Amino acid sequence: MISIMGLSGCGKTTLLRHIGGALKPASGHVMMDGQIVHELGQEGLYAMRRKLGMLFQFGALFTDMSVYDNVAFQMREHTDLPEEIIHDLVLMKLHAVGLRGTHNLMPSELSGGMARRVALARAVALDPMLIMYDEPFAGLDPISLSVVGDLIRRLNDSLGATSIVVTHDIQESLKIVDYVYFMASGVIVAEGTPDEIRASNEDYVHQFVHGEMDGPVPFHYPGRDYRQDLNLQA
Amino acid sequence: MPVAKTIKTIKIIGRRSINAVWRIGMAARFFFLTLMYSGSGFRRFHLIIKELFSTGVMSLIIIIVAGLFVGMVLGLQGYETLKRYGSESALGSMVALSLVRELGPVVAALLFASRAGSAMTAEIGLMKATEQISAMEMMAVNPIARIVAPRFWAGVISMPLLAAMFSAVGVFGGYFVGVVQIGVDEGSFWSQMQAAVDFREDILNGVIKSFVFGTAVTVIALFEGYDAPPTAEGVSGATTRTVVTSSLVILMLDFVMTAIMFRGV
Repeated sequence: MISIMGLSGCGKTTLLRHIGGALKPASGHVMMDGQIVHELGQEGLYAMRRKLGMLFQFGALFTDMSVYDNVAFQMREHTDLPEEIIHDLVLMKLHAVGLRGTHNLMPSELSGGMARRVALARAVALDPMLIMYDEPFAGLDPISLSVVGDLIRRLNDSLGATSIVVTHDIQESLKIVDYVYFMASGVIVAEGTPDEIRASNEDYVHQFVHGEMDGPVPFHYPGRDYRQDLNLQA
Repeated sequence: MPVAKTIKTIKIIGRRSINAVWRIGMAARFFFLTLMYSGSGFRRFHLIIKELFSTGVMSLIIIIVAGLFVGMVLGLQGYETLKRYGSESALGSMVALSLVRELGPVVAALLFASRAGSAMTAEIGLMKATEQISAMEMMAVNPIARIVAPRFWAGVISMPLLAAMFSAVGVFGGYFVGVVQIGVDEGSFWSQMQAAVDFREDILNGVIKSFVFGTAVTVIALFEGYDAPPTAEGVSGATTRTVVTSSLVILMLDFVMTAIMFRGV
């Protein structure tokens, strides 16, 4: 289970989109399960995506479907399972995220944390080999954040899957992941285990972990000389 | 600098022209993709039924009320005009021909564009803005087959039915004003109508028109939603464009089809 961290706009979500085949790289390639993703045709890409699960930033639940139908969606689309089996599987998935009792609710009736957990149940509906999380902790209260973090770790372990977590939440992330990559301007600038990251003296990592205002990531957006902008003489 | 200004204007015109051509091309590609993936849309027939309800059944009230009033106005204006020539008895045929040939398909399509078309655009635009379409793609489900195709066929099927409903209610509106209120002879109202309205020439052509309008409005609405920038402003702009573009396309297509059908151009 790895985490990819970095500032907004550094390319984290773009990386996930490359892995999922939603974007084609201008150079280089992404290899997944022995296949080069951008060389796959639509059928090959869809076959590969069936081995993927993805949790979007705000869940991206289908708003015209109930919680039950959201979790059952992929089972109905990609399998020939009878409805009775789907029923049991959906309830098991919802039970795993602690929301079995919400199966009749609509997404609009869920809190942000609950919607994220339902989306998590939907992401693991077909027991994927790779699960990608795009900002899973964004906008959650401390309890929901901790619950979602714990669920991500537990589901990863019980499925024996690989997980990639893209997040800004350094503390929660360091609690649950095995390895961390820091990205800046589209490249990896630092990496290590959570303990190595905590102990790191690297400027970029230090600034990010401690939330410092200035450092390798400057406070001021580059611009003209301040005195010039204010029309002052040197 | 007049030269610089002229060059700037030419640049803007050029950029807008390229954008317009590009969007027409994208819309055509989108239409063909929708047709291509309609097979899997038909395998999910329950989705078409669901969309028929939200686009067709939910538009019924506005269609019936508008049809009734348009028919009543036709009855009133038609009577006043025909009276000058002593032809009040032709009121039935005038009301029916106006509705079946022109007003039924055109006004029903305009109402359909504002009621169902705008709703389709807003729904798909918001699905895009909330990453539901991306989520579906990442689940290896084609959104054109799952979201677009059922809505497209629901629009194409419901439009002729709504236009027929509009015309039928309009005829009763004309009957109510002409016969019940003004006192035109009931027998001549219905018999003139029966004699003047030809099934192939009038009714079938009206159905063809509404089918074409339904296709155009639905494709425009779906494309605008699918192509909308994923922001609140983007979705509202797309919804406005759906209504404006659909209305203009309906009127333009109506002229072209009327010229072909009734003048044999």
